[in-house]
Amino acid sequence: MNKIAFKDGIRDGLPICFGYFAVAFSLGIAMRKAGLTSFQGFLFSALNMASAGEYAASQVIQSLGSYLEIATVTLIANMRYLLMSTAITQRFNPDTNIMERMIVGYGITDEIFGITINREGYIEPSYNYGALLVAVPGWSIGTALGILAGNILPARLVSALTVTLFGMFIAIIIPKAKHNKVIFYLIIISFLVSFLFDHFKLDISLGTKTILLTIILSALAAYFFPIKEEEKS
Amino acid sequence: MNNYVYILITFIVTIAIRTIPIIFIRKPITSPFLKSFLYYAPYVTLAIMTFPSIINATDNIFAGICALIVGIYLAWKEKSLPIVASACFITVLIIELFV
Repeated sequence: MNKIAFKDGIRDGLPICFGYFAVAFSLGIAMRKAGLTSFQGFLFSALNMASAGEYAASQVIQSLGSYLEIATVTLIANMRYLLMSTAITQRFNPDTNIMERMIVGYGITDEIFGITINREGYIEPSYNYGALLVAVPGWSIGTALGILAGNILPARLVSALTVTLFGMFIAIIIPKAKHNKVIFYLIIISFLVSFLFDHFKLDISLGTKTILLTIILSALAAYFFPIKEEEKS
Repeated sequence: MNNYVYILITFIVTIAIRTIPIIFIRKPITSPFLKSFLYYAPYVTLAIMTFPSIINATDNIFAGICALIVGIYLAWKEKSLPIVASACFITVLIIELFV
């Protein structure tokens, strides 16, 4: 255990912890609608550490979808972590053992990936342990409290809090759209197609809709506009 | 359908996504199509989940539309994630208070 790296991890993890807490709280409110208890929400978040993935999965639970559907939805919504984990494989010290690598891998969220990849040299697992030590409780306790508070808070406050989660999604996608034309148009088309799907009330669940549209639109974009090397995330 | 089974399945899928590259991949992905697909997919997923859900999430549809506009504006100005998320929240609070 590298104590300095561990402390650095806690320091860099703290702002992430606070940000997570607020978003997790609104995720908890969505989970409550799906009928999850606060303990289940805590477990859900501690095991997954994934905002979009957990939100999409709780929509499947709400609609009593099949186990296959929840597996597919989780796969699609969390697919970006495949890229991030692939990126960090290039940065491990050959001496870092498989167990340490797995723990670092478990904790690859958008934000923790960001701070991990920002450091110079080999990945120091102690740094990630420090960040996870604060970020995981922030995320899981936030979710549990969101589920609990959803019962107490007035309906208006609850509906406003639900929007926080969407605000977070917007904060992730829009800055990228500003710098990448393909993503810019891809987001507009996604909004439009998603709206049309809901408008015509096609007889498919939200989870299946997310899977279908993601695969079709991303495949089309990948086929017609393959990314250049420098765009690699 | 059992909630714990649901949660267990999401855990298995998520941990597999995050650790399979760590266990098996020794080289970066080279297929341009696969790389591009993995690159674009998250943005499409998040966009689909955001719209039109954001405008249906609020009691008053107008509040949701304003939150969407405020969020997009601030995110375009590259404000940080907590700022954008809380601005959307405050927008809905204010509008639902007065409308």
